Amino acid sequence: MGDRTMVLGVIGADVHAVGNQILNFAFTQAGYNVINLGVMVSQEEFIEAAIESAAKAIVVSSLYGHGELDCRGLREKCDEAGLKGILLYVGGNVVVGKQPFAEVEKRFKAMGFDRVFGPGTPPETTIAALNEDFAALEAGEKR
Amino acid sequence: MKAVLLIDFGSTYTKVTAVDLDAPQLLGTAQSYTTVEEDVSIGLEKALAQLTRQTGPLNFQERYACSSAAGGLRMIASGLVPSLTAEAAKRAALGAGAKVVKTYAYELTEEDLEEIQALKPDIFLLCGGTDGGNQDCVIHNARMLAGMAPCFPIVLAGNRAASRACEQTLAQGGHEVIPCQNVMPTFNQLNIEPCQKVIREVFLRRIVAAKGLTKASRLISGILMPTPAAVLAALTLLSQSLGELMAVDLGGATTDVYSITAGLPTRGGTVLRGLPEPYAKRTVEGDIGMRYSAQGVVEAVGLDRVVQASGQTEEAVLDWIARIRRKPGILAQSQAEAQMDFALASLAIEVGLARHAGTIEQVFTPMGVAYQQTGKDLTRVSRLVLTGGALIHTGQAEAIALQAMATQQYPNSLMPRSAGVLVDKRYILSAMGLLSQNHEALAKDLMIKEFSA
Repeated sequence: MGDRTMVLGVIGADVHAVGNQILNFAFTQAGYNVINLGVMVSQEEFIEAAIESAAKAIVVSSLYGHGELDCRGLREKCDEAGLKGILLYVGGNVVVGKQPFAEVEKRFKAMGFDRVFGPGTPPETTIAALNEDFAALEAGEKR
Repeated sequence: MKAVLLIDFGSTYTKVTAVDLDAPQLLGTAQSYTTVEEDVSIGLEKALAQLTRQTGPLNFQERYACSSAAGGLRMIASGLVPSLTAEAAKRAALGAGAKVVKTYAYELTEEDLEEIQALKPDIFLLCGGTDGGNQDCVIHNARMLAGMAPCFPIVLAGNRAASRACEQTLAQGGHEVIPCQNVMPTFNQLNIEPCQKVIREVFLRRIVAAKGLTKASRLISGILMPTPAAVLAALTLLSQSLGELMAVDLGGATTDVYSITAGLPTRGGTVLRGLPEPYAKRTVEGDIGMRYSAQGVVEAVGLDRVVQASGQTEEAVLDWIARIRRKPGILAQSQAEAQMDFALASLAIEVGLARHAGTIEQVFTPMGVAYQQTGKDLTRVSRLVLTGGALIHTGQAEAIALQAMATQQYPNSLMPRSAGVLVDKRYILSAMGLLSQNHEALAKDLMIKEFSA
């Protein structure tokens, strides 16, 4: 079960609960063991949940436009907590206003995120990415 | 008449309560000094002699006992993340009636092992990882403990996937290991009852002998449990009739606080944070008490508040605190001393309630104000039960508790503010907890009679 465990939550002071419920449902249906932390989740809570459950991915949502501030330093904190190489995904309306997505993606990748998803991404897209990345991790373990 | 004897071996006093199952009624209560150094049955015989002086000779059909003598049940808890499995382990131990002398998180180090050796716990509770989650930490810790000279049983309640490996490692080191269900099987879900049951069994089997209670055990026909576990059982039963309630046991050295309620948010738009709370919860403040720990009260609230609440001078307060620390047996004689004890007691309860209760925080989000609650909301709890010699002896227990609840010091605290106060005048709570193990309905009736009088 630990093999397909991920931590999910809406970061910062964001209280958008509907999308979170949809993702929880979709990822669970896709066969993942989802540790859903709900809304208003701090970086520390994501990390603690990932340590205790030996999760392989942290999937962060943000809808209220302040995601960039909320996500800063998450990769460094993961490294510090011994979660080196854990998959970090972020998705939603993660920056203030309308900005070209390519730029946004570049900024979040520079912050250490493995995958960045723009507004309106269907869950299937994220699931496909998860499947690909988890398969790569498993292949790496076998080698 | 069918008489039952209930015994509470305390660290200072051995208290006895006699109940008639037929009438049914409380026959009487008495107490005497605990004699744990020589033979606890000496103190017990003295208390019994006092009891029969009130009631006449009694032929006891059943005898039950609880004990917190010789330091009570001393435990060390360990887990992985401090706010998750380490906290779950600590709560499991506290709820089982233990005194948690230390809690460790993450990997144990050589220094930790030296400390554990020095602390000499009665039971070590080893946890870490959700089921299917992290295994490395609990396996590492089992390996570390296995290297120690075996001197305490280890209750294993971590990741079930690592349980067998830990058990084998520890058994090879010559340790007694009792595996049980994980305290946190899935993330943020507490499962502490199975582990508490195991702790109680170990207490019965091993600790009782080690604490010099064997000589008394021939006098006892069944059930021997840690005193706080008996109190928790009594309160849980009482709440079935009276509804959600809390209790404070103010002692000389420590203060125990209990709450029997879910403590869910009472305000709309509140998000609940952190580990879920046990319905019947116990916390212990090791630095808050009326005698040995009076200095801890001063440190927690500040000297000026003790001075203000007692209406005495700073010098007088400092002098009294120094005196009661040197001679914890002394009682307040003068009016001034009584006022200082009153202030200390109400401030101790205030701190105990505030630390036990949850907190609420206002969060300003782009969508407006939201509230975040951590821990239990106890603001609507309607009853507060007071017990413990230090409090009852003042004769002003109710006024002390009302003053404690009226504090303005903790605006974010979800502590009770206007609960009705019930006083355990004859100190029967632990006895009723014991009685409830075999005679539940009777224990409930007797408590209701006692508290509504």
